[in-house]
Amino acid sequence: MTKLPTWVDVGLVPLISLTLAALVSAGVLLAIGQSPMQALTVMVNGALGSSYAWGYTLYYATSFIFTGLAVTVAFHAGLFNIGGEGQAQLGGLGVALVCLALPWPHWTIALVAAMFGAALFGAAWAAIPAYLQAKRGSHIVITTIMFNYIAAALLIYLLVNVLRPDGQMDPASANFPAGAHVPQFQEIPILQGLFQRFGADGQPRLNAEGLPMYQQVPANVTFFIAIGACVLVWVMLWHTRLGYAIRAFGKSEKAAVYAGISPLRIIMIAMLISGALAGLMAINNVMGQSERLVQNSASGAGFIGIAVALMGRNHPLGIFLAAVLFGFLFQGGAALGLETDIPIELRTVVQGLVILFTGALDQMVRMLLGMFFAKKGAT
Amino acid sequence: MAAADLGGRQATAAPASPYAIELKGISKAFGSVQANKDINIAIPRGTIHGIIGENGAGKSTLMSILYGFYRADSGQILVNGAPVTIPDSQSAIRAGIGMVFQHFKLVQNFTVLENVILGAEDGPMLNASLAKARKILGDLSREYELDVDPDALIEDLSVGHQQRVEILKALYRQAEILILDEPTGVLTPDEADHLFRILRGLRDQGKTIVLITHKLREIMETTDNVSVMRRGTMVATVKTAETSPESLAELMVGRKVLLEVVKNPAKAGGIALSVKDLAVKDEHGVMRLKGVSFDIRAGEILGIAGVAGNGQSELLEALGGIAAATGIVVLNGAELPLTGPRANGKARRDAGIAHVPEDRQSLGLIMDFAAWENVGFGYHDDPRYQKNAWLMDNDALRADTAAKMATYDVRPPIPTLAAKSFSGGNQQKIVVAREMDRNPDLLLIGQPTRGVDIGAIEFIHKQIIALRDAGKAVLLVSVELDEIMSLSDRVLVMFDGQIMGERLPAQTDERELGMMMAGMGAK
Repeated sequence: MTKLPTWVDVGLVPLISLTLAALVSAGVLLAIGQSPMQALTVMVNGALGSSYAWGYTLYYATSFIFTGLAVTVAFHAGLFNIGGEGQAQLGGLGVALVCLALPWPHWTIALVAAMFGAALFGAAWAAIPAYLQAKRGSHIVITTIMFNYIAAALLIYLLVNVLRPDGQMDPASANFPAGAHVPQFQEIPILQGLFQRFGADGQPRLNAEGLPMYQQVPANVTFFIAIGACVLVWVMLWHTRLGYAIRAFGKSEKAAVYAGISPLRIIMIAMLISGALAGLMAINNVMGQSERLVQNSASGAGFIGIAVALMGRNHPLGIFLAAVLFGFLFQGGAALGLETDIPIELRTVVQGLVILFTGALDQMVRMLLGMFFAKKGAT
Repeated sequence: MAAADLGGRQATAAPASPYAIELKGISKAFGSVQANKDINIAIPRGTIHGIIGENGAGKSTLMSILYGFYRADSGQILVNGAPVTIPDSQSAIRAGIGMVFQHFKLVQNFTVLENVILGAEDGPMLNASLAKARKILGDLSREYELDVDPDALIEDLSVGHQQRVEILKALYRQAEILILDEPTGVLTPDEADHLFRILRGLRDQGKTIVLITHKLREIMETTDNVSVMRRGTMVATVKTAETSPESLAELMVGRKVLLEVVKNPAKAGGIALSVKDLAVKDEHGVMRLKGVSFDIRAGEILGIAGVAGNGQSELLEALGGIAAATGIVVLNGAELPLTGPRANGKARRDAGIAHVPEDRQSLGLIMDFAAWENVGFGYHDDPRYQKNAWLMDNDALRADTAAKMATYDVRPPIPTLAAKSFSGGNQQKIVVAREMDRNPDLLLIGQPTRGVDIGAIEFIHKQIIALRDAGKAVLLVSVELDEIMSLSDRVLVMFDGQIMGERLPAQTDERELGMMMAGMGAK
């Protein structure tokens, strides 16, 4: 097949794939008697139109960055980690245990400790399938899927029987102490201004104490940690001996053995890093947003991470962009459900189409473009 | 269907042309690569016609066009003087063209007879076809000395016999033109001689044989005419009797090539590597290497001859730290662990062993990695390639790659190009550069010139000898007897996981080694 120019490969192909997904989505909307233009407007407004909107979009994107990076690190080692969902839930358990353990004096200390707990629990949950793969040859796709179910069941048990405070009805942990509250965007001084609320007269709205009021959004400092994680994963994969060994092993296990790279070591390390990244997602949703551990805390972000990694071409920069796109779809889809007659399930349809076109069918686009560029090259 | 008229041996219609095949102006491009450029060739009926050329010269593409795997962009194919189009292999068979591939296309657990009629059955019921095929096969076997038991299972046959089944398949489909692609790569010298006797017999019966090979000796011994391809063009077609290996090599490469290996007598020193009772089991528990013992001295090349699959690969893998083994291996006085965590490729490299593996594409290189990443492969822990305790110095590795590419004449000299984008010979040069530049005490080198162009062969051979002359030990494994004979200071012959004997190249010949390779004449 003809090799495509880089800008086509990383720029044009995803763009065309997305356009195709949007066109088919429009077709679905027309088929259920809705207006695609109205849907698009509502989605864009709902996900990007205000600081409130993108406060949510970036919140979702933060979770997807972590789970996308988790899939990517394992993928470079030739391992398909489907277990991000379970690892993220266990990461939530780690965060909850850390946050509830002490009356934390300052959020920075709490954050560092919670990150450690999240990474440790996520990595531990990935370690078992990794060991089974490395030592017993049990396929990691199967075992990580099973571990998602085990994680869900384990969390329900713990939330109902262990972590639930007496007298509380819903299966959730107690609320975290105030010292474990990480700043959300409207609480960060340099961003604060963007979230200020104004009255109908254009004047800033003030609370009872005469201070300005701010829009509450779930996006929090974890977003910047996610960006840092992108950079670190990039450095690790392409600028360290470990990353070199992971990528070599992922391309060819036989050749890696020839080079003296131990398969056991690489499978374990890659999966531990992958599980830790998935676990770190809990900083965003459990510590940064709900501030207590609830049932099904990862709410599907572990699976969306697979799509994000696929669409981001397993590169941290691509993952960042894809995560923001999926954050947009998530938040925009929610707006559709709230503000129109379009059922919220349509968000799942659009996501499915995006995954279909960017992941499964992008070879089709690539092939057609390849023919076009081959002709162009020949003339 | 295709063989509905398989009643008797069909008499060919009176030929309208003295040529079995004529190709006129055949061109074929893959993207920007012109694989075949205006190829003109006429192959007279009843001759053996050799086609030689370096890898990537376009031989395989041309034959694939003839057999219907590719369609030419332009040009004309004439069979017996009549223009034909060959859109698929069925049409090629109908036109009387048969092909014997390098890798056989046989069903292992079918009998010879079943394989021969596969795809050429006369109807849904097999018995009639089988009976008819049995009779035809009997005639063919007698006529051409093919000597194959029609009821034997393919998996029980030797490689040479399997190849004859492929020839029988083509003849059963009434091929008048037989194309053989590198037919001797997997054969012992004896089997190869038998094959050439069969081919001459077929020619004498009026069949036309096209022989694709890179072995000049086979061309000289077997063919009537020979065509030379270079970079997609047909540079010459000559009568074999009127040419020489030297001039053919020059035509192939486009410059003068030294075919003989020039080397001084070995100045062997003390024992560098001592191997005792080395044994390797494969993952099914089958003994592949059954307790071999030998020494290699410093400044000596020890050649291991043998038909592929007789334990040579396992020997290299055991010494290279890839396969676990039992026995005793001592390198420069230090015993090497053969099992456990210390038995790995990195530990062996640290001990002073470099390894150019037999299969560069699946072991020696990561095809998707850039050349510079491959130059660090296995040596990525080397302090020269580190910026600090945490980060690798990719720039240093790229610079080193550029330097190695210059020294070892890798073309094109672009460190960022992916390994898969280089030709076979240049891929091999990357591996050789990486391993030899370490100045190892012991070099393990398997099939150093398999699939490598003549020009690069000369270069790699020179490098091996230079390493020997620098006082290093070399273990050379090759299925090419020529290569073993010309490079080695001593030769061991392996058969069935054991060493059949040791010979000095000057005191033996290919016939004797060939007998030993077939498991006979062991002392």
